[in-house]
Amino acid sequence: METQSRLIKIKMAKEVFITAANCITPIGFDIQTNIKNITNGTSGIQLHENAMMKNPFYAAIIDNEQLNKAFAKITQAPFTRLEKMMILALHPIVNNPDSRTAFILSTTKGNITALESEDIEKAQLSVLAKTIANFFGFTTEPIVISNACVSGILAVSVAKRLIQGGMYDKAYVVAGDEVSEFVLSGFNSFQAMSDAPCKPYSKNRSGVTLGEAAAAVLITADSANAKTKILGDGAINDANHISGPSRTGEGLFRSVESAMKESGVTAGQIDYISAHGTATPFNDEMEAIAFNRLSLENAPVNSLKGFYGHTLGASGLLETVIAIESALQDTLFPSHGFDESGVSQPINIIEKTTAKNIRYFLKTASGFGGCNTAVVLEKVS
Amino acid sequence: MEALKQELKGKIIEVLNLEDIAVADINDDDALFGDGLGLDSIDALELIVMLDKDYGIKLVDPKEGKNIFRSIETMAAYITEHRTK
Amino acid sequence: MYIQSLCTIGNNAIILNGETVFTTENQPFADFSKQAYHHLGISYPKFFKMDSLSKLAFLAAELLLKDEPESGDIALVFANKSSSLDTDIKYQKSISDPENYFPSPAVFVYTLPNICLGEISIRHQLKSENSFFIFDAFNPEFMASYANILLETQKAGKVLCGWTEYINEEYKAFLYLVSDDGTTIHNKQNLATAYTK
Repeated sequence: METQSRLIKIKMAKEVFITAANCITPIGFDIQTNIKNITNGTSGIQLHENAMMKNPFYAAIIDNEQLNKAFAKITQAPFTRLEKMMILALHPIVNNPDSRTAFILSTTKGNITALESEDIEKAQLSVLAKTIANFFGFTTEPIVISNACVSGILAVSVAKRLIQGGMYDKAYVVAGDEVSEFVLSGFNSFQAMSDAPCKPYSKNRSGVTLGEAAAAVLITADSANAKTKILGDGAINDANHISGPSRTGEGLFRSVESAMKESGVTAGQIDYISAHGTATPFNDEMEAIAFNRLSLENAPVNSLKGFYGHTLGASGLLETVIAIESALQDTLFPSHGFDESGVSQPINIIEKTTAKNIRYFLKTASGFGGCNTAVVLEKVS
Repeated sequence: MEALKQELKGKIIEVLNLEDIAVADINDDDALFGDGLGLDSIDALELIVMLDKDYGIKLVDPKEGKNIFRSIETMAAYITEHRTK
Repeated sequence: MYIQSLCTIGNNAIILNGETVFTTENQPFADFSKQAYHHLGISYPKFFKMDSLSKLAFLAAELLLKDEPESGDIALVFANKSSSLDTDIKYQKSISDPENYFPSPAVFVYTLPNICLGEISIRHQLKSENSFFIFDAFNPEFMASYANILLETQKAGKVLCGWTEYINEEYKAFLYLVSDDGTTIHNKQNLATAYTK
């Protein structure tokens, strides 16, 4: 009896939609500018020479002058650079938050640069969240997700779960991370940084290129203006190693499986995968293995990290925002940086901008700590 | 090279937090990775940092590490040849 | 759903279901945790590579999962206030002096709070739902709701939930296993009461 009532509960689960989105990246401060640059093949990755690293390095970094100019239009009040990025991302989409509105913030390191001046309080993630919440007048307790590089897409999953569970009616989700000496030096110590712009899934890939961005979405049970429906999710750990992915892609496999089971969508119905594709030897190989295990080897797949670099806590949400735009425009964008396949199992990498009817699509991510997250989405016509 | 080998044994125990292992437990030609001492990929990266910090050796190609860190013996030989500190 | 069992760690003591299972004189966490490790008869050398936050979470999880079969469908839902800041500060020190600049990968890997979930997953082979949240203080309403949602939607069979806070030698672990077995009902009131005890 109890199982039956549980199943009924699942079947009658509220529909949850993404109805607004925005992003602040090195290639645009709104979605359409980002799409224009993606279509032109203009990547945000450039060679930088500054105090953050001893030698010149590739990264996708937002221009400070443009950032400050855009932010000055909103307010003159002082905020950290990351806060400016997040506020700019949220600003166009926030409208009437109330006591049934969740505020979810995704980040891996937040205001970590505050540690350079030993300001521990400023580096606290709950303080960052409160700062953003206060700016917009969010009244509910901010929910911060800090779960390595899956944070941005995990935040989408958490929002959907909370809304279906009746805790909230809608959620504003913002995700952001900065390129900092802290993170650059760390990835460097892992020998994980590429000397050249990253080449996801490619034979000669040699590691990540870091990037920074902020992205924001409105997730709600109200279908008015809905762009996308969130059908299913899964966020399962590899239980294998804290810094390297499972060789069999176990956690990613189970995450996608859980998401697809919940959504009722089969592998053959997935029109597009926005994958993680960090361009490390291990990550990309793991994804190829997992996608084959899932019978997803024919689904067109790309990594957007050739355009944005790896934006850490922003990546899952930023890449979802662009994936949604892909679906709305029925256009597959290329996996920038890819040249020759360097994974042991075949996957269908998108090599050039292609028109395609996209109804069901999948966003995946993986991260340090063995975490993985997968979300199945459906375009709302 | 004897002194260096003993020094290395002590260093890896300390740097890699090998709690239940004493210098006397490590033989010069024991495999450090895999079945021997069971070190993993993060340990290998830490040893690369140690080479730089304590012996002034910057590994140009981290893949060289596989051969250099095979055992205390191979490590000591490599350091003796390349150290700048 | 019920709070099947509960473990708190703080002030040099480990308390499991109301009973003190280990306590020492006041000492640094590194020593306390090492003694706890030995006292509890744990044999897991990787423990000594972990940062303090992971050791704290690991010890509590070790007690709560002792009687659970390996590879159970036990989700991990943890939260704290300071994220991995204790280790972040340590890592920042390793890059703050240009004359002594040796960033450590073994330290850097722990500059993410969810690593402690990974450590527990690996130890107990939990290929399960994992998420790490940050709140200003223990948030019983959120924790209870989110764990219940995972259970009701069959994303997990049990949920190991907790507050694992560590910063500058101040530590508190409040971990509990939620399942359909137990006597204390799993809700925000009972969690709030148990937390402040």
